Amino acid sequence: MSKSAIECNDVSIRYKTGNIKSAGLKDFVIKRMTGKIKVKEFWADKHITFSLEKGDMLGIVGTNGAGKSTLLKAVTGILAPASGTVKTRGNIAALLELSSGFDMDLTVRENAYLRGAMLGYTREFMDQKYDEIIEFAELEKFQDYTFNQLSSGMKSRLAFSIACLINPEIIILDEVLSVGDGAFRKKSAEKMKEILNGGITGILVSHSISQVRDLCNKILWIDHGNQIIFSDDAEYVCNAYEEFLATKKLPHNEEEIKALADAFEVRHAKSMREETKKETERILKILQEGETEPAVEAALAVLRQNRPEALKAAYRKMI
Amino acid sequence: MLKKWIHRAKKYEFLFSELVKRDFKQKYKRTSLGMLWSILSPLMTLLVMKIVFTEFFGRDTPHYTTYLFSGNLVMAFYKEATKNGMNSLVSNRKIIDKINIPKYLFLLSKNVSALVNFLITLVVYFLFCAFDGIVFGPRMLILLYPIITLTVMNIGIGMILSALFVFFQDMRYLYDVFLTLLTYLSAIFYRVDRFSESIQSLFLLNPVYANIKYFRTVVIDGVIPSPAYHLLLLFYAFFFLILGGMIYKKYNREFIYYL
Repeated sequence: MSKSAIECNDVSIRYKTGNIKSAGLKDFVIKRMTGKIKVKEFWADKHITFSLEKGDMLGIVGTNGAGKSTLLKAVTGILAPASGTVKTRGNIAALLELSSGFDMDLTVRENAYLRGAMLGYTREFMDQKYDEIIEFAELEKFQDYTFNQLSSGMKSRLAFSIACLINPEIIILDEVLSVGDGAFRKKSAEKMKEILNGGITGILVSHSISQVRDLCNKILWIDHGNQIIFSDDAEYVCNAYEEFLATKKLPHNEEEIKALADAFEVRHAKSMREETKKETERILKILQEGETEPAVEAALAVLRQNRPEALKAAYRKMI
Repeated sequence: MLKKWIHRAKKYEFLFSELVKRDFKQKYKRTSLGMLWSILSPLMTLLVMKIVFTEFFGRDTPHYTTYLFSGNLVMAFYKEATKNGMNSLVSNRKIIDKINIPKYLFLLSKNVSALVNFLITLVVYFLFCAFDGIVFGPRMLILLYPIITLTVMNIGIGMILSALFVFFQDMRYLYDVFLTLLTYLSAIFYRVDRFSESIQSLFLLNPVYANIKYFRTVVIDGVIPSPAYHLLLLFYAFFFLILGGMIYKKYNREFIYYL
């Protein structure tokens, strides 16, 4: 038996749509008799294979409709794959669309317990953690308000707190890393970092490449259900993916991915050079035309901090 | 097998009790009338029926109030349990779409709250029986039997309806029409012995009526029905439960595409 926390083996997921969806029974009977029933099936994911050890953080990238969310549903067990196997070890907390699934007629306290129960925790555990959750969500004064009376920010704060404070073994993040207004956003982002650095196994779906670069050590790239690559080298694949976003050239094999990553490096280096050049020109302009001392001083201070290389280049030209 | 079920029951006990609590609170929405409403509502129905129908059907029916109440009691329970049961998957679609928990829990919790409601009304029913001059005896205990068969049947029918409602959105309206028809076919305010023998036995094809008749036989006539009659109720209960269970098993993984 393997020790993987999550193991997806050759997973394919078929999704069903078609004209019977949301039709009525009368409609159905008529269509059935006239033979107009069409169940369309399409493969949302095809032959996806990856495995995560405990403590791994996987980033899933891909354009809209690539099958990322569907794959997450298979991992959480909501959807059954048509073929292949998904194995998970440990409690899963899924932060998919945080505040849906709360009940509007229940109070904050009742909703917290209900959500905890759904995530698979015991009553004793919730009794223990409840105060901490409310404190983190900053809802102490609202415990007996019904959800109707809360703002949407408050709701997502509660959802976030419940999902994060109960220490799941596996966490699944679909575009949610921090919620709420300024202060809470900072706090929740910090909490998230703390959790992610605490040896949790996780999957992150995000459109922000820099987030994936920051947080993930493994990466899976899918496109229209096809697995482009699964790799330990997140940086490298992110490079290739960013190049793909810029050029829209979909790679079909390792070599093409490498070509994309190389192209990205080249482009990146080029744009860095160009930017440095632009900054250099600006500095020169300020230095040459600057009339008041303080303006020049300020510009230099900013540059020293942000773009030391541009400043150096400018000095060299001046001399 | 048994071990697995006990383990499961333990695992979901907390969630289930929270769901039941939620269903109760949803139902009463924290109104000041609260639970009192579940007593008042059947009483008002009873009052109206008593006023309207006594003239036509009640003259020669002994204990007509109890006769009416028996019908209303059982019918109201059946309606509430199956209507709420029908909604149980669709109204929880957002949860089912996000979190992997057994789908029948939603249905069972709706049935529990309907059952509690029924038991409250049952107390009022017995009060009315006492006023109506019904003699109480140990035979009343056998009423537990139709309560159990009715509950099991409600769960089974709820499974079938909730599955259908996922696929067909007009089920709600169709079922409302069906319920109205069923109410008229359940001899709630009229007597069936005006019909010929063969038609009377046709009435027994209606499982709700079969349960109503059991109540009346025990409470009004003071007689315990035959073993064959017990088997009939048992058959209805398990027929629908097994059918519903098969549908759930077959479509368990399909619901998600249509929710």
